[in-house]
Order: sequence, then structure tokens, then C-alpha cells
Amino acid sequence: MSTDTMSKELESKAQAARRRLDQHVREMVEWHFTPETGCPFWLEWAGKAGWDPRKEIASFQDLGRFGDFQDEWLRGGPVERWIPKAYRGRPTFVFETGGTTGIPKTRVNIEDFRIDYELFSESLPEEHFPKGANWLMLGPSGPRRLRLAVEHLCQHRGGICFCVDLDPRWVIKLIKKGWHEHLQAYQEHVIDQAVTILSANHDIRCMFTTPKLLEALAMRLEDEGSSIREAGITGIFSGGTEFTPQWYRFASEELLDGVYMTPTYGNTLMGLAASKPFDPADEYKITYHAPQPRAVLRVVDLDDHDKDVGYGETGRVALTTLTKEFFMPRFLERDEGEREPPCEAYPWDGVSGVRPFRGFASSTTVGVY
Amino acid sequence: MIHFPILRWGKPYKSLEVDKVVHFATGEPLAEVSQANPGLIKRDMRQAARAREALRRIPHKELLKMVGQAAEAFMEAELPAGDGTQTPDDFVKYQSATTGLPEAMCRANMEKLHFVLTRLEEILRSLTRGLDPEIFSRGYGEEDGVMRSYQATTPVLSMVLPSNSPGVHGLWLPVIPLQIGLVFKPGPQEPWTPYRMSEAFFQAGVPREAISLYPGGAEVGAAVLQNSPRTLIFGGKPTVDQYRGNPGVQVHGPGFSKILIGEDQVDQWRDHLDLMADSVLVNSGRSCISCSGIWVPRHGREIARALAERLAPVAPADPTDPEAKLAAFTVVEQAEAVNQMIEDQLGEEGVEEVTARYREGDRLVKQERCAYLRPTVLHCTSPEPSLANTEFMFPFVSVVECPQEKMLDQISETLVCTAISQDEQWRRQLLDCTHIDRLNLGPIPTIKLNWLQPHEGNLVDFLFRNRAFQVAG
Repeated sequence: MSTDTMSKELESKAQAARRRLDQHVREMVEWHFTPETGCPFWLEWAGKAGWDPRKEIASFQDLGRFGDFQDEWLRGGPVERWIPKAYRGRPTFVFETGGTTGIPKTRVNIEDFRIDYELFSESLPEEHFPKGANWLMLGPSGPRRLRLAVEHLCQHRGGICFCVDLDPRWVIKLIKKGWHEHLQAYQEHVIDQAVTILSANHDIRCMFTTPKLLEALAMRLEDEGSSIREAGITGIFSGGTEFTPQWYRFASEELLDGVYMTPTYGNTLMGLAASKPFDPADEYKITYHAPQPRAVLRVVDLDDHDKDVGYGETGRVALTTLTKEFFMPRFLERDEGEREPPCEAYPWDGVSGVRPFRGFASSTTVGVY
Repeated sequence: MIHFPILRWGKPYKSLEVDKVVHFATGEPLAEVSQANPGLIKRDMRQAARAREALRRIPHKELLKMVGQAAEAFMEAELPAGDGTQTPDDFVKYQSATTGLPEAMCRANMEKLHFVLTRLEEILRSLTRGLDPEIFSRGYGEEDGVMRSYQATTPVLSMVLPSNSPGVHGLWLPVIPLQIGLVFKPGPQEPWTPYRMSEAFFQAGVPREAISLYPGGAEVGAAVLQNSPRTLIFGGKPTVDQYRGNPGVQVHGPGFSKILIGEDQVDQWRDHLDLMADSVLVNSGRSCISCSGIWVPRHGREIARALAERLAPVAPADPTDPEAKLAAFTVVEQAEAVNQMIEDQLGEEGVEEVTARYREGDRLVKQERCAYLRPTVLHCTSPEPSLANTEFMFPFVSVVECPQEKMLDQISETLVCTAISQDEQWRRQLLDCTHIDRLNLGPIPTIKLNWLQPHEGNLVDFLFRNRAFQVAG
């Protein structure tokens, strides 16, 4: 869809979103590059850069002046250099991403994960995710923010969250070693715990899980003559880059027994991107929209990262995070996808067909959970 | 463009994910293939027992008849191909266009499959060692006053198939008359044979619910393996090593097939030059039964020269040329990598490429979207160099000098061994040698198959368990 074919109402909403984003960019740059509030990393960076972002950054477009955010900046300590001075002394979390080999990327977090999930909560339909319902969080915890974030989401909605952990780093090792029987046994161990909790009269009605675990859980319940619906679940939000339209269709037609599921795309660095509401005309296409203005997803040209690709065209996913806790302009994700136009629910660009970036695909073990 | 759906126990299912199969030389898309997702396979495999049930409702003899009819349909009929139809000529044309095999080789493979299908009764008699087929169907029966019982270890045989060699389909053809269902994961460039053979079976009356077909990537192959009690897979040495010893998996990998000539016969090596050249060149050296090593106690250099003279002129030809001998590498980088590997290892002491002096031009012939590797004959003064015992997917052979008494210790894993010698003591040692699988005593080309003999493990032993059984009164 070009801007020519957007409805006037949607175009007007999209313009308002762009204005809001530019305003937000100015506020965040002011915050992160003011010595009293910014973090040591960015203040030091600005000292060497020879230009003052507070004076020269007026819009989202201007963030291109920072160039690409370097992956390595997030690897290794001291992690305190990322804490904004304004937040020194407050209880601080650190969450990891990556780390299959070598040092993982780390991100400090104070309240962002809660805010992200409270915003996401607004997108959940009450009919399927009733307030006060208990939840099952079936997925990776450990050094990731996911467990705390889902638990907070559940509590924010008035429920209690039950958790079952899966360690993706161990899963990756099992895959690389070719220990398929161990992999199978580990998955069964995780699903055993989920089935036990679901059968223990805790009135669990909502769930976060990953596509692979959802598939395994649904099939186990079916083996036992039950189903996701009969186990009491009414709403699922699920995440993972292996969330393909074909899998979404397969799950909807053959696993979920009519239970509502919404795909999401999130990570420690961004927050949580929701998906455009399901539209049968899309043939199960999944389009993610970042929680703008707190985070922005662009689909950029593979060679020229300043340039967005056209709508429907393929490019690399570039993430910008703009919160008071974390400023990360133009981080190139390990994913690629197609650029999608704004929609009514999210009047800014989205990305569909998210999959591992072709430049990394051969060296990355993906879809482990 | 033809669309091939997934077949879920015979029912077509169009996936939201498709893969385009393209012409290896022009890049023209020739077919679109629905891609399965692993969960779909796991879910379907729960119904695998129904495949065997459906086949057991049809007597073994009827199934044999159907298979015979399927053989004719496969060779002669215009059969459904996905959402279109395909004549036998189209089948050959398209298979050649996506696998890189010359059309003549595709046609020869087709005839081979037809031959197997029409001789299945004999083949089964041989594979089952003459047991009454009813014993496999009923599970037990008395023969010659002895109670015999065979239990199927699986309701279906699954296969993760390669892209480069349609000849491997000969291996699974006896399965339907044994009342075992079929699950295919076709190679990405070779969807043609599994679909055409399935359609030929359906047309002959084999129940659709006996066959599933799941095209897809590596994760689909893994799902097939994970969810099937018995699977045939095809791959390189790492795959073989990974599944070695897994009773549920029969791995077909590199063959490292060889010709050994004994002390008593090596002076007459010229008598066997045709046999050696054919064993190296037939099917463009792509088969696991293609010869990659000729081991002799002496005359190695002369043999290598004579073979090189014969093979070096073989060059890429139009795939439609009936005389085309070489198959294309549909991935140029793969040919480049193999070529570089050979070049690097030629630096080792005691190894010389003999073809280089008889060949006009380079070994590697690159074209716009594909590449060829021309026949390569090496002479190795001993078994020491790495290239003395290597196999590649093109006509490549090392003529290795090695004293007869040391050969069997040095040859390592060998799928097919043609041993030319009248030395009874050595023939005895060859019979006892456990790292030789198929043994040809005498001048039989390594590529000559006898379908009445098991190939890399007896299929019946893989699918059935011979067990004790008693029944009262």
C-alpha cells in the first residue's frame, strides 16, 4: 500500500504518529545527552563525536547521524555504563540476549519491561484474555526478561502466573551435538510440567508460549484425549521468529480447537511488537508493529541502511529503542522481512515475514523454542 | 507452472509456503512445491497405522498386480502431476532440467525402476528368502513344518530422499506389496519421481491413504526421521556417522566402491579396461556404486594412463544429447569447492592427476548457472595420500598401488567391491572381509546391480522382525 492508497483517516493517523515520534525523539535525545540524566556510555560517546545530538537531532530521520548501533557495545561490562544517571540507585535488572557462544548482549532494565507489557496488555481482547484470569508462562526464563514480563502482564491484569522454564541455550547445545534423544526428552520434561500445572485446578485461562512448545503441548493434550481448549485455555500470546504464516494456519486449523492466539515479536532490546489483528484476507500473514514511539522497526536496504525499502519489499530489520532507560538508535537485527504499511490499529510501518537474516542464517541455530 | 501439493495420506494439501524448482541451466521456474511444516508431519504420523491397515485389506497378490500395472503407468501413461499432468517424455525432460542429469540417464533410471517394479515377485522372493508372503501379511504361518512369525516393525517406511540421483528409488519399490505404507520427503530438486510413482500406484488401485509426501527443508527431513519407526536416509559421511547404529535408520551414504585386481590377474589389466571405465563413468559417477578406487599391486601408472586416455575427452554436452555422459552440478559453488579440494590435495606426495595431460581445458567447466567437473583419474603410488580413498559426485577415480596382502587392511569401508582374482586364499579373505558390503568376485562392473540381492541391508530385515510365536491347538 502506498500512502496514495491509504484512507484519509489512516493517513491522518499516520501523520500524527510521525509527529509524535519526532517529538519523542527530541525528548529522548535531550534526556540521554544531558549530563544530569544520561548514561555514561552516551555521554562519553557524545564527548568524542564532536557534535551535540541535543542541538542537531530534531526528528526520527535525523537519528541516521548516529550510524549503525554496534552489537559489541552491549557485550561485556561494566553494565553500569548503560544506567542513566537519573536512575542511579534504583533497583536494576539486567537481561541477556544471544550468548549461545561468547559473551551475550546485556541490557539494563528498571521499569521498561513492565511498561512494555502494560502497553501490550491494552491490545489483548478481554473476551479471550479475561481480567483476573490466571496465566501459564511456558518458555525461557533465566537471564531473559520474558518470565518477569509475562508475570507482570498477568499480575497487571489481576491474575497469578504459573511458570515453566525452558533453557534455550541448552537446547541449542543439544541440537549442535546431534543429541536428538536428549532434545526430545528435554522437551517432554518441559511439557510434562505444563500438563501437570494445567491439570491441577488452578483455573489457568491464558498462556504465553512459543510456537514449538505450543505445538508440543497441543499434541500431548490430544494424545491424552484433551485439547488446549479443554484444558481451559481461552487466549494465547505466542512469540518467536519461526512464527510462519503456514505454522499459524496449521495451529489455527489443527491445534487450537478455536482458541484465540496472537503472534508477537519481541526481544530484550526492543520490547514487544504486537501483530496486526487477524484478517482472513491476509492468508495468515503476520505483520508486526513496534510499540511506537518507545521502539521503532524499520525495514532497510541491505547495503544502504539509511534507506527504507518500499512497501512489500524485503530488507533487514533495524530497531531503534527510545525509552528513558535505554537509547539504541538503528540496531541491525539478525532478521529480515518485508516492509508493511500502517494499519488502523497501528498507524506506522510494520514488518512481515520475519525470518533469520540471510547473511547469518547458515551460522545461526534458530527456532529452538 | 505445476504446483505439487503436500500429500497427507493421499489427500492434497496446499501449503502457504512454496519452493520453486528451477531449470539448472536457465533458472526458469518449472514447478512450485508446497512446503510442509514439522508439526504437520508429527500430527499425520499418528495415523500411520491406517496406511498399513488399508494395504492389509488387499491381498498380497493383488498388490503385486497393482504394482505391475503401476510400472506400465509410470513408463507409458500421462499421469497427474500436482495440479497438472505429465507425459513420460515431460517427466524425463523436467527431471533432467532440475537435477542436471542428462535426459538419457533419466530415461535409463526410469527403465531401471520399471524393471524393478515388473520383477517384484522375484525380488521379494529373494529378499524374503523364499518365505510365503502370507506369513508377512498374517504375521505367522507354518512352512516345511516350522512355525515362522514375522512382525512388522513399522506401519510405514519413511524416506528422506536426495536431489541428485533418481536411481535410489529402486530401493523402496518392494514396500507396497509387503503391505507397508510410504512416507516421502523428496529432495528439493527431484520431486518428480516420488509424485509420479505415487500417482502410478494410485491409478493402479493402491489406496491413497497408504502414501504421504512431505516436501520441505532440513527440518522437515528431521521431523520425518523423528516421527517414523523406520527411515531410509541418503547423505554424506557426516550423516552416515550420525545415524550409524540407530536401528530405526538405514543410511545410504558414500559407497567408496572399488575394483581390486589381484597379483594373478594384474598383468592382464587391459582385458578389464572397459569394466573399469564403465564402473567410473556410468551415471556420471554419481552413484554410491560408482567406482572411486582401483587398487592394484603394480601397473598403476599404465592403468591410470589408459583410463585417462579413455575418460579425459568426456566433456559437458547438451542434456538432450543421447550421448551426454556428464551430469551438471546445479550449485556452481559445490563444483568449485570440490575442484579446489582436489587441487589442494594434489600437492601431497605420491599423487598425480593423469587426466590433466589428456584433457583439453580445465577440470572445472563453469556455465552461467551450473558447472561440470570433467572426469579425473589419479595415480597414487600408495594408499597414503588423502585422495587415494575419496569419493566425489562426478567421474573420479584413484588408481592406487598397494601390495595384494595389504589391500584388505587398507581399503576401509567399501560398499561394492569387484575383486578380480583366481587366488582362492585371497577370495576367501575377501569373503570374510567385514568392511566390504556387496562383493563381486570376478569381472563384474561395480555399477551392475542384481536386484535379487539386497542392497546395503535387506529391506525385509529392516521392516520386519523375525520372532518366536506359538499358538494353542
